[in-house]
Amino acid sequence: MLKHIAGVLSPAARGRGGVKVPHNKNTEDCKIIRMPAPEKVVLPMQQHLGAPCTPTVKVGDTVKVGQIIGDSDKFISAPIHASISGKVTAIADTVLANGRQAPAVTIESDGEMALFDGIEIPVVNNADDFRKAVRDSGLVGLGGAGFPSHVKFALSPDKPIDTIVVNAAECEPHITVDYRECLDNTLYIIRSLMIIKEYLNIPHAVIAVEDNKPAAIVKLQKVADEVGDGSIKVMALKSRYPQGAEKMIVYSATGRKIPLGKLPADVGIIVMNVTSTAFIGRYLETGKPLVSRSLTVDGSAIIKPQNVRVPIGTNLNELIDFCGGFKPDLDKVIAGGPMMGTALVNTNVPIIKSYNAVLAFSKGTLREKPDNNCIRCGRCSQVCPMGLMPTNIMRSVKVRDFDGLKQSNVIACMQCGTCAYACPAGRPLVQYVVLAKDMLREEGAKNG
Amino acid sequence: MADNALIQKIKPTVAASPHFKSHETSQGMMLDVIIALVPALVASVWIFGPRALAVNAVSVVSCVLFEYITRKLLKRDNTIKDLSAVVTGLLLAFNLPSTLPLWMIPIGAFVAIVVVKQFFGGIGQNFVNPALMGRIVLMVSFAGPMSKWVEPYKWGETVDAVTTATPLFEIQNGTTPTPDLLDMLIGQRAGCLGETCAIALIIGGLYLLIRKVISPSIPLTFIGTVAVFMLIAGKGDPNYLAYNLLGGGLLIGAIFMATDYATCPLTSKGKIIYGIGCGLVAALIRQFGSYNEGVSFAIILMNLLVPHIDNLTKLKPFGYIKEKKQKEAKAE
Repeated sequence: MLKHIAGVLSPAARGRGGVKVPHNKNTEDCKIIRMPAPEKVVLPMQQHLGAPCTPTVKVGDTVKVGQIIGDSDKFISAPIHASISGKVTAIADTVLANGRQAPAVTIESDGEMALFDGIEIPVVNNADDFRKAVRDSGLVGLGGAGFPSHVKFALSPDKPIDTIVVNAAECEPHITVDYRECLDNTLYIIRSLMIIKEYLNIPHAVIAVEDNKPAAIVKLQKVADEVGDGSIKVMALKSRYPQGAEKMIVYSATGRKIPLGKLPADVGIIVMNVTSTAFIGRYLETGKPLVSRSLTVDGSAIIKPQNVRVPIGTNLNELIDFCGGFKPDLDKVIAGGPMMGTALVNTNVPIIKSYNAVLAFSKGTLREKPDNNCIRCGRCSQVCPMGLMPTNIMRSVKVRDFDGLKQSNVIACMQCGTCAYACPAGRPLVQYVVLAKDMLREEGAKNG
Repeated sequence: MADNALIQKIKPTVAASPHFKSHETSQGMMLDVIIALVPALVASVWIFGPRALAVNAVSVVSCVLFEYITRKLLKRDNTIKDLSAVVTGLLLAFNLPSTLPLWMIPIGAFVAIVVVKQFFGGIGQNFVNPALMGRIVLMVSFAGPMSKWVEPYKWGETVDAVTTATPLFEIQNGTTPTPDLLDMLIGQRAGCLGETCAIALIIGGLYLLIRKVISPSIPLTFIGTVAVFMLIAGKGDPNYLAYNLLGGGLLIGAIFMATDYATCPLTSKGKIIYGIGCGLVAALIRQFGSYNEGVSFAIILMNLLVPHIDNLTKLKPFGYIKEKKQKEAKAE
């Protein structure tokens, strides 16, 4: 399919390490459907990387959709808005999917879903207006990391940005929400890019898509040709996990290597998730902040796999119920993709801004490997996109060799799971990396 | 809520990510090595007769038994199903002469499996190649029987095996080797069980390459170094080169023994250094040592250097900045 469009798109074959993972994009043809608003939402005050918000409402207040209910005066943070209209009934700690506790605002619905009167189309005349608008929208990276978007746009004068890379790789198996965004909201993506380029004065933009999504590539290219001014390039990347990792996609799309411990801005690049990009376009036209998001609900233990748009703060169980529920032979529930997602013990958790999928698998449908001795085959080092040596990290953790750990550059590991995927001995290498980072942190704290 | 009740009842599996795993397993890789050894196994029986089958069988059975018993005594889980003991058994047998008294074989197997492998923690933890260590212990313990070479078995004839010199010994000592080069290729010559049939070994090696179990760096650098050395030592004599490459245990050593994961370097740069080292030591022993076969010792010696090679050839991470540049950047 891709062969005949390859000439137009100049696919970049660059990239390093990585593995071929099964795509399993079962829900790619499911248009995102809206779930009816729930009776109750729980909105944790920490839905992003950075400083948590503090509630700006009290128990008993009435709120409407889009009204700010939590904010912070810290720079790396994003406000949180009410996702349904109703009454604040509690402000108390709640358990998140990762097991941590965070204060949360509970809103009980009045069934109206009335929009907040204060919502107005933002007036944007310059870069500062634009940054303020993005912050007010409550947008955080919708691809999974949850980094407040306005921070990325705070350009520093000594680090000029010349390219914006839109990450539409979606290299995790099963997840298709970014793909649907490319197909269904193509116009918003392109318009949004035009606006960002204009206000931030960035000359080039690249939309990078893995080549297993030819329909998205064709559509994006078509719309970019019609609406754009020719400065937006659509690029097909080899489908190879973890193609969508920030450093990898920058390298594949532009050939620039982000130095160890640096950010894309250090090589003149901003990376934006495609759904986040589309959201900016929509927000600038409607003024409606981030109050809902789409998730892929899929996996062998889900009765009706589909892509669903839910108000943020909806209980995960209600979303599963909406998708027909779990099959009785359920074995594993994962928040996020199968490569980097978290296995859940408890599904009674609120959906937050950074979740892009909920997957559930039946017994026997996930390949398990017994945890055997490392045979030193070196597969982990061969596939590591960051050029680390996971087996050495594991060994250093086992013998508590701090010097070895410091030299291993384990901090650069993004826990993509490629090594553990490839390991023939079934070693839990990602777990060792997490242990290694904890050990280094402890050691660092001890030494002051 | 129905689902919550279900979750409470089921207690879903919790595990570290990734939740997807590749199809590759240690056991599958070992099975691939066994498959790659089958041509040489068949060739060994064809060349050295039924006796070869007996040596192979005793070696494999005793290796597996020792693995089972040691794991049991050490109260560890049973690992015979990872098939690595079978591989060790086959490789040990391939490094023995067909005439070796059968009772000696378990001694080699004991050294390989119990001493070298299990005492150090089992699969992946051995610091030298188990089968080679087994062979070396047998060689220094039973020098006579371990260097009694016989001519290939003649199927259908009931003559006693005729002792003879190996072609490598002959070429090293300046005499014309008895077998011609075609015999050397198909393995109709005196030598250890599995080392003689070059074609079978190369087929096995290609299979491992295609299945991506091994990378070509070690076999190529190992054999290449020996070739260059012998070309110079033999003053360009093609016969000297050919007998040195096809004779002795070079092919089985370079393809199957030096590539053992546990005892070779992790990175491709390290593998190249290691392969060149193996080739150089083997060639030096062959050329200047009193012993005309140096592959086993070369591999064992290089095995011991692997931790150092690994330390010197660590991968540089993506986006690594050279120390000099780092300092420059700081100075600015």
